[in-house]
Amino acid sequence: MSELQTTPSPEIRLKENISKKPETMTKIFWEKFSKNKLAILGAVILFIIIMSAVFAPLIAPYPQEQQSLLDKYKAPGLEHLMGTDKFGRDIFSRILYGARVSLLVGFASVVGSILIGTVLGALAGYFRGIVDAVIMRVVDIVLSIPDIFLLITLVTIFKPGVDKLILIFCLTGWTTTARLVRGEFLSLRSREYVLAAKTIGTKTHKIIFSHILPNALGPIIVSATLKVGSVILAESALSYLGFGIQPPIASWGNMLQDAQNFTVMIQAWWYPLFPGLFILMTVLCFNFVGDGLRDALDPKNIK
Amino acid sequence: MAAYIIRRTLMSIPILLGITILSFVIMKAAPGDPMTLMMDPKISQADREQFIEKYGLNDPQYVQYLKWLGNMVQGDFGTSIVRKGTPVSELIMARLPNTLLLMLVSTILALMISIPFGVLSAKRPYSKIDYGITFTSFIGLAIPNFWFGLILIMVLSVNLGWFPTGGVETLNTEFNIFDRIHHLILPAFVLATADMAGLTRYTRSNMLDVLNQDYIRTARAKGFKENRVLFKHGLRNALLPVITIFGLMIPSFIGGSVVVEQIFTWPGLGKLFVDSAFQRDYPVIMAMTVISAVLVVVGNLIADILYAIVDPRIEY
Repeated sequence: MSELQTTPSPEIRLKENISKKPETMTKIFWEKFSKNKLAILGAVILFIIIMSAVFAPLIAPYPQEQQSLLDKYKAPGLEHLMGTDKFGRDIFSRILYGARVSLLVGFASVVGSILIGTVLGALAGYFRGIVDAVIMRVVDIVLSIPDIFLLITLVTIFKPGVDKLILIFCLTGWTTTARLVRGEFLSLRSREYVLAAKTIGTKTHKIIFSHILPNALGPIIVSATLKVGSVILAESALSYLGFGIQPPIASWGNMLQDAQNFTVMIQAWWYPLFPGLFILMTVLCFNFVGDGLRDALDPKNIK
Repeated sequence: MAAYIIRRTLMSIPILLGITILSFVIMKAAPGDPMTLMMDPKISQADREQFIEKYGLNDPQYVQYLKWLGNMVQGDFGTSIVRKGTPVSELIMARLPNTLLLMLVSTILALMISIPFGVLSAKRPYSKIDYGITFTSFIGLAIPNFWFGLILIMVLSVNLGWFPTGGVETLNTEFNIFDRIHHLILPAFVLATADMAGLTRYTRSNMLDVLNQDYIRTARAKGFKENRVLFKHGLRNALLPVITIFGLMIPSFIGGSVVVEQIFTWPGLGKLFVDSAFQRDYPVIMAMTVISAVLVVVGNLIADILYAIVDPRIEY
């Protein structure tokens, strides 16, 4: 009851706002996002990781493949920040180069699967009927096969490699996006502005891509952010099992391949520790940023 | 209700068919038709033709598909290429109990840990305990399970010697229930990690919703003990949607078992799948892919039906 009395009615608030400069969407978004400390922290750490991956050749103290058997299993220290592996390669340098591979696979796969998923989801949600039924049944089918089974089966056929891996992640990853976009389109397609656009004879592709799609972008951006994290996790698992990125190219997953070895586990704890920590931290940051974006982009979430 | 169950069951048939078609197409897309891999390259031309005839490799694609599907429905998944002559179904049946045991124990572990923590978190939202639990579940969702397993093995098994490093039991010993449990704890815990984290967050948010309901206030107003309000009035209602979530968790359990069984050298279906993939043993790979997908579809079906039975508010 007391709430009703203290908050001004919408009309009064509207009048107050008219006199002020209207707030832009970007400003509202930024105000909400910057209040979320974890999201900001995640974004900052991700920025550092991405920059160090881009400038890996400048930052890395050693070339990623430089072996030195005299230096094998060196503990972390000033010379080797995170120690060395069984070939005497510098783990810190390999993590930096590995970041390039892991992030490249993560971003490229997500861009690809978001593009495919958005187009198919938009078509399904806008046209409904038979188009919708066909696309959504395909989504149901692909989603029924647990990711790792589908990924490994495809890898055994395509032979692994960075480009193939990205392609495979696109082929398996578009389904959830398609479902999401379809849902958005189903609710947006009957809005007044869509009707208005139709009445004045706007072309269908224009209605889909320039009228409806911009209004569905929020959830797409959020899911894309969360997806990068999950692709990085999946890629590292595949590479760890030996189906993903093949040595000598370093990836966070395949660096852990040799770590399951009793000698390593007794003598060289840093070897399994650091690559995994980087996977964990990166995925965690993507999840934080994704959650922050979700809160900031949600129009129902009024300050 | 009966009508709903029948309708829902019929709905999954086209999906099951789609899964087999997709698997068949993938198998056919493999370079060097896997069927021809089964042949010994040294055999004579006559034998080769006999082989092609026997496996119907000259038949039109759709006939081959229908034959493959027909055999599969009858439980015949063909024979392994690598382990010459062993029926795939035999290989799978030998490993199935181990995987089922692992998944069952993980499920129980996930429920036993996540529900109390979810309730605890919701009991005092935004308290230190809540933040601690929420942050831990964030980590649980982001941690690579194979790495978590590696670190646990390194610390607890190799360096402290508290747990065995892998396998289902100590080799060359008689069956011993405590030994089996000892071997189960680490793999089951690692397999449960991600779902445990997800379930905790889910229980928390559902509990928060439920605790705002009028009937909770009524229960409190009546002077019931807080624990009774939380567990009898609150949790019962908060747990309803968990059944659906459980259906969604099945793929992650099946997928997770692939990785976890590999780390802990657990002789189950996941390990069979990885080993077969390395050896390009296509009949086993395809059978496992189809079976895993069927398990997911059936799991979702059961979850949907259970939900309809448990929640009286839903009418059909």
